[in-house]
Amino acid sequence: MEYLDFELPIKELEEQLEKCQIIGEESDVDVTDTCKQIEKKLSETRREIYKNLTAWQRVQLSRHPNRPYTLDYIRAICGETWLELHGDRNVKDDKAMIGGLGKIGDQSYMLIGQQKGYNTKTRQLRNFGMANPEGYRKALRLMKSAEKFNIPVVSFIDTPGAYPGIEAEERGQGEAIARNILEMTRLKVPIIVVIIGEGASGGALGIGVGDKVLMLENTWYSVISPESCSSILWRSWEYKEVAAEALKLTASDMKKLKLIDEIVKEPEGGAHANRERAFEIVKNKISKHYEDLKKLSPEKLVEMRMDKYCNMGVFSG
Amino acid sequence: MTAWFKRKEKGIQTATEQKKDTPKGLWYKSPTGKIVEYEELAKNFYVSPEDDYHVRIGSKEYFEILFDDNKFTELDPKLSSKDPLKFEDTKKYVDRLKSAQKKTGLKDAVRTAIGKSMGKDLVVACMDFSFIGGSMGSVVGEKIARAIDMSIKKKVPFLMISKSGGARMMEAALSLMQLAKTSAKLAQLAEAKIPYISLCTDPTTGGTTASYAMLGDINISEPGALIGFAGPRVVKEATGKDLPKDFQTAEFVKEHGFLDFIVHRSELKQKVNLYIDLIQNEPIRK
Repeated sequence: MEYLDFELPIKELEEQLEKCQIIGEESDVDVTDTCKQIEKKLSETRREIYKNLTAWQRVQLSRHPNRPYTLDYIRAICGETWLELHGDRNVKDDKAMIGGLGKIGDQSYMLIGQQKGYNTKTRQLRNFGMANPEGYRKALRLMKSAEKFNIPVVSFIDTPGAYPGIEAEERGQGEAIARNILEMTRLKVPIIVVIIGEGASGGALGIGVGDKVLMLENTWYSVISPESCSSILWRSWEYKEVAAEALKLTASDMKKLKLIDEIVKEPEGGAHANRERAFEIVKNKISKHYEDLKKLSPEKLVEMRMDKYCNMGVFSG
Repeated sequence: MTAWFKRKEKGIQTATEQKKDTPKGLWYKSPTGKIVEYEELAKNFYVSPEDDYHVRIGSKEYFEILFDDNKFTELDPKLSSKDPLKFEDTKKYVDRLKSAQKKTGLKDAVRTAIGKSMGKDLVVACMDFSFIGGSMGSVVGEKIARAIDMSIKKKVPFLMISKSGGARMMEAALSLMQLAKTSAKLAQLAEAKIPYISLCTDPTTGGTTASYAMLGDINISEPGALIGFAGPRVVKEATGKDLPKDFQTAEFVKEHGFLDFIVHRSELKQKVNLYIDLIQNEPIRK
């Protein structure tokens, strides 16, 4: 397990607890009470730290190396029913964007999402979760297939942005994202979007238009990453914390601005502290929202989605 | 299974004439030089056990693999080719057809059938490479079109197993137009929202690739299969370039975005039916 700066008190207490348990196992000293006390303190410390997180700390948590990624969620939620599908039928199979079919309970879903790697080799393979145009086109192909067979779509968002590469521009990164956004506003099946990590700009929205957009507690979603924002507006990377606050990119800010539909509470200590619990929570949320959405006719669904996005924006006069 | 360990009488009781002998001398040698006895190969889905090489098989074997207890109803078994162009190369087309029919015991390069696969109806069209290189002429086009009609009529998923050198030259443009005919039928199938699975096997080339093989709701393949439009020799001659080592292999084609997945032949039946259950939102059959 890796720890962020502000998580260090938790690390200390966890180490104390481990030592205490070892002493209990190796000697005759009764350590039950001591262990219980440390556990209590650990729980309090966790709660205290996670209650008062700054925007920047949330950004750090959203990138925590132990945080579950898209395929971790899907494999845990769908188990053996998961059938990954590949390719955009055009130029490439983008490894930064995954998709396929799976069951949650008795219901089939088309699941798509950006995928990050968990070590140097897989990070490169997954291009750090930055999709190329073919990734967006693969996602669209799968969503259209889902629409054809009346299968709902679940989209997991976790990207530092669409890939800013030469070939990505040659193949039309902008067009690919634009096309997805347009098609998703019109898709005749329910779309549930879950932001599980980073939600950076058009790269996120390219698979992010939905009937229900959920954000896990320790994620961020905005028009730009705080680092890039800092370097553009402050002309230095030093102002990332200030930028993070200013961008109002946390789940609670986004909810207040009515740009997302729901905040999903993570297990104590974040999704990475209790992955199994995080999978369970997300699975239940998807099922719950689908149960509501499936009652709507395709026309009503599209109309409501339309209204939702048309009501976004603040202005006077 | 015979409970041989429970038998009461000692010794071998089977009469010599009832002994089921493997005909000797039937061995298969894979391209990497691995040798396997034919019977063992058949048990292993015609995949060489040592190097996983997927041996080219025909409709007989695929039907056996896909249909429960090898039970199926063949569709249009009598449809056979004519020679409308009086075509003649080194041999007359009519003679070529006759000798191919005699050699293979097949009427033409595709067989179509409906039957149960894991308990549910499935329409399968499977090409035979042994019949004039699995070439597509009027009969292949028509049989595939009629199989699709059957799928639409019965609302049953359609699986196309391609294995073809492309359009049949001896029927010239009549062959070419089978691309349009089969594609048009697949458009109807799509409008009826019936799942279409295209399995590209070794080799899938030319007009086959440029029509039904690439039009599946999912396109899938077997490991190492050659899939392409122009053959590797033609591409090499036209471009004057050395081709990548894995050029036009299933793995190459998947990497370039045209295959949903590559499936080992031993998992073919299960994976095809898993997809059907998922996309039709039905319970997963075990």
